Formats: sequence, C-alpha cells, structure tokens
Amino acid sequence: MEMFLLFLYNGLRVMNKAFEVIDHTADVGIIAYGADIEALFSNAALALFSLITELESIENKFHLDLEVRGEDIDILLIEWLNELIYLFDVKHILFNHFDITNLTHNKLQATCYGEDFNAMKHTIKVEIKAATYHMLKINKGDDGFRAQVILDI
Amino acid sequence: MAQWQGQLIKIDDYRWKIPEGYKSGMRVPGLIYANKEMLESMHEEQTLEQVANVAFLPGIVGHSLAMPDIHWGYGFPIGGVAAMDVENGVISPGGVGYDINCGVRLLRTSLSEAEVRPRINELINALYRNVPSGLGSEGKIKVSQKEMNQLMVEGARWAVKRGLGSEEDLKVTEEYGCLSGADPNKISNKAAKRGMPQAGTLGSGNHFLEIQVVKEIFDSHIASIMGVDEVGQILVLIHTGSRGFGHQVCTDHLRIMEGAVSKYGIRLPDRQLACAPIKSSEGQDYLAAMACAANYAWVNRQCIAHWTRESFSKVFGKSTEALGMKQIYDVAHNIAKIEEHIVDDRKLKVCVHRKGATRAFPASHKDTPICYKEVGQPVLVPGDMGRCSFIAVGTEKAMAETFGSTCHGAGRMLSRGAARRSMKGQDVLQELESRGITIRVGNLPSLAEEASQAYKDVTEVIDVVHHAGISRKVAMAVPMGVIKG
Repeated sequence: MEMFLLFLYNGLRVMNKAFEVIDHTADVGIIAYGADIEALFSNAALALFSLITELESIENKFHLDLEVRGEDIDILLIEWLNELIYLFDVKHILFNHFDITNLTHNKLQATCYGEDFNAMKHTIKVEIKAATYHMLKINKGDDGFRAQVILDI
Repeated sequence: MAQWQGQLIKIDDYRWKIPEGYKSGMRVPGLIYANKEMLESMHEEQTLEQVANVAFLPGIVGHSLAMPDIHWGYGFPIGGVAAMDVENGVISPGGVGYDINCGVRLLRTSLSEAEVRPRINELINALYRNVPSGLGSEGKIKVSQKEMNQLMVEGARWAVKRGLGSEEDLKVTEEYGCLSGADPNKISNKAAKRGMPQAGTLGSGNHFLEIQVVKEIFDSHIASIMGVDEVGQILVLIHTGSRGFGHQVCTDHLRIMEGAVSKYGIRLPDRQLACAPIKSSEGQDYLAAMACAANYAWVNRQCIAHWTRESFSKVFGKSTEALGMKQIYDVAHNIAKIEEHIVDDRKLKVCVHRKGATRAFPASHKDTPICYKEVGQPVLVPGDMGRCSFIAVGTEKAMAETFGSTCHGAGRMLSRGAARRSMKGQDVLQELESRGITIRVGNLPSLAEEASQAYKDVTEVIDVVHHAGISRKVAMAVPMGVIKG
C-alpha cells in the first residue's frame, strides 16, 4: 500500500516554484509558496485551479473583484479558496491570475482574472467540495511563506 | 509518513481497543473493528490517531468507534462513529462530512441476467441520458428558491408529490426520506445557489449508478423478505449525496464552529474537529441546516430512482410494476442523528455521528420499517466497481456496541494521485469491459481513481462486521453496468 506522501519542506525548495500537489488518501492537498503573503494567497488559488483544469487552457477574458473576511490568517486562506470553489461551482468561472490588492490579518481583497467554463475548451479534472482545516499549516521561513491545505474532493 | 506508534489492545480477532490512557484528553477508549491484516495497513497512516482524537470531543459516550472500512479523513476518520450525550455533548460538522447524507438506494427488479445482458448497452445509454451525471452536472428539474425551501423541509416526499416515485418508496427510506428539524433560514444564500441547479444529479467522484446481478445469497429467508429471490436477479444501486449544497452547508457551519470552539472553551487536538455544544445556538443551527442538506440528498436519490425506473420501462417496453422495480431500502452513510441508546445500563439521548458508516438497526427497533420488523433494517454496502456489493441487516449486537452502526463500503486504500500514477483510466475501462462490465464515464482519467486496486476488498470488510456480529450478511451482487460521473 502506498503511504501518504508528504513532500516535506526543508528549505531547499526550487526557487520560484509557485505550488505543488500532494496526496492524501481520500483527498488531495496543495502546498503553495510565496515570497510574501500576497504571493502565497495568489499561488494557493493557482494551485486550486490547476487541480480543476489545465491552467494553460484558461484565458484572461474578464476580471472580478472579491473580498473575503476571516478572524485570522488561517481562516482567511480557507475562506479565500472556498470562495473560489463556490464561484466555480455556481457561476462556472475558471481563474488563472490573481492580484491580491489588500491583505490584512482579517480581510482580503483581490482582483481575479479568468473566463467562463467552456466544455469545448476546458477539461474538468476533479470536482472540489471544499478547502479544509485538516493539516492546515502556514509557515514563514527565511525565503518566504509556505501554506499546506487539504482539499476535500 | 511515519507508522502509527500508538497503543492497541486486542480484544478478539475482530475488535481492537485504543485505551483511554493513550493520549491525555481522551474521554473514552477507541474501538476498532478490523482483522489483523487491515490493522497493519491502518498503521501506515494516521487513521488510528484520528480515532483517538475523536475521543477528545466533549460528551462522547461509549467508544470512539471505527468500522473496518475506516480510512484517513479530515478530523474524523472516514468509517468513524461517535455518540455524544445530548445534554452535555457536542455536534461536529466534520463528524458528518462535506457530503451530508451521502448514501445508497437499492432497487430490485424481476428481470434476470439473461434478459438484461443482451440489452445492457441500450440500457446503460438510456440511463446515461436520463440521469444527469458528471462534474458540475445540472439537473433536469428546475428548482426555484421557493421550491428549494420546500424541498429542504419535505425531503423525498417533495419528489414523490411531483410524481417522481411513490409512497411505497418512502416507507423503505431511512427517516421516510425526511429528517425533522430542517430550517431553511439556517441555509446561506451561497448554499442555496449551489444546491438549486444540482438537484436531481448524480455528480462525480465515487458516486455511481450500477446495474448489478445477484451472485450469492447467504440468508435466503431474509433475502426473500427483501424480494431478492434468486441468483441472477437484477438489482440497481444508486450512490450519491447532497452535491454542492451539502458541501457549502458544511463549509458555512465549520466556519461558525471555529468561533464556537473558543467561545465555549473546547480543547481540540485537530482544528477540523471544530464543534459546538448540541444545545448551543451554533449546534442547533447546524443540526437544522444539516437536516436541510440530508433532505436534499433524499430528493436527489428519489429523483434518480424514478428516472432509473423510467429508463428500464422504456428499454423493456413494460411498466415499472411489471418489471418489479420496488425499492429495497435507502440508507445514509454521512449523517448525525439524535437517537436513544442504552449507555451504561441507562437510556440516553445521544447525537450519533456516522461519517462513512451506516445505520444498522435490529429487527425489533421502532425505526426499522414495518416490512423488515422480522429481520432487521437493510444495510447496503457498495464495493468498488470491479468487485461486488453486499446487502446485510442490522443486529442487536450493533445496537449494544456501535450505537446501531456498521460499515459503509470498501474504504479507500490508494490515494487518488497514487491510483492515477499506477493505472490509466483507459486500461481500467478495458479491464472491466473484458470482464463483462459496461461502463459509461464522464471523465475517463478519473476512472483510475475508482479502480478496484484503489480500494480494500469489500468482502473482507463485510466479513469483519458479520463475524463481529454488528451486521448479518444477506446477499452479494456483482456489477454488470456502471454509470460514473
């Protein structure tokens, strides 16, 4: 039986890597990196959409301004990802670029760029139910931030 | 990930205990139903640690229970059962899961394998057309906000009132397909918006609609009461839940519970176990919202069962009555229920969390449907699409040991990623077809995630609950045609 693979962050990560995908028995996880907290949130969102479809297949056709609130940075990250999951599930919007315009300890404002889902063009790889608090970790290292999130699929 | 190094005490060949003293903060011991081999694989992950973590929750009584199909979840393990005293205990949305009232419904037919096999392609195509499935699938019933509010309160009856099924179906559905206490005022706009377009859809992932052939009958008396009379008989199994609606309800209320944990000073070993006292406003609000999602899921399975019957009727040119398409049972396996149980020799009102676990009430229980009063509530245990599924019944022993609960399926063994790396969807498809199983799948690469190799063998799972006495196996069926979203 294949064991849970956790790509432990050891400070030697390849520079400029935005995110990676990790396994979890019933679900799937993402690890996002960022030189600053804004980049971290942006890369976590990219990781999310990379699971849903091929990022290269998404065109930047319109943008949407979002605001998310949370009592702390952990909640804010989960709320941010859940807002994007909601927008995909209900409005069928795929995003591939995120400008985090304002991020405080309890509020995030972002402009998200993308397009409507088009069955002729986008292959949907997986239906994501939610971002969870399970094994949620946000750390700050010498060369930036790292966040681990398990998604329920 | 490191092997689990915790402490386990063998009770007998099928029962293992994590003592209360294993971790400071455990209020009750853990009790795991498994054989020795299963236990070894459980050690490779942190599943057993999760069983111990659930034992921290305030008000938990008896044991923190794990069924043999247990696997690592988020917060609660999948295959976990925990009962909390209603007076001083908590309710945890993580103990129900995101797919609230994910469950299974089994229909029987009077058709034989010989009659169906020559027309299996036609039948599967008809079902694929008639039952909306797949990623982001939207329903053919259009639900307005007003109807959504009615549906959340009425459950399966809402669909029956619209001609999708009959009163007979409700009699053989857990809770008559309607959990009381549902309050649409506790549902966010977001949840309602996610739910409305998806009513009456199968969805994707591990959800499916399967045409099965009865392969073996273990107890012919009980089977005959269910209308399962002979080997070769055709059954239809529907596995789905509350879709995006349930996911959003869980997400919304986990957020509320995050605040409740500090408000009520609850100490938790894992944030995903967020909970609130059952009697608190947060707890009551979640129960009212969860009931809405549970009822939505019953509507979902009711609609799909109706379209399944319609499809059979069309293909075989006979009425559903002539085809003997009665419902055997519909049971939830992701739900929390307020029930009465005997704990330490006294009657106690508890909130039983069943996350990837099935209710398994005995013959005598008041909530066992009248037609099954003699034999016990049917328990439906789907396996993976390449192996088989089981019908069992609940027992007195389940009532005494597991709050009337048992296993719910095979239990995942390989992560989705690992399954995809080791197999290709196309190969899985070909292998199944070579074995006489016809598949229609919305997303071919995802088929690898659901291959037999990714799951434990459900036969071993059912043998554990049968030998432990918490269920009695009745019949086994193998797939002939499968629709996966």
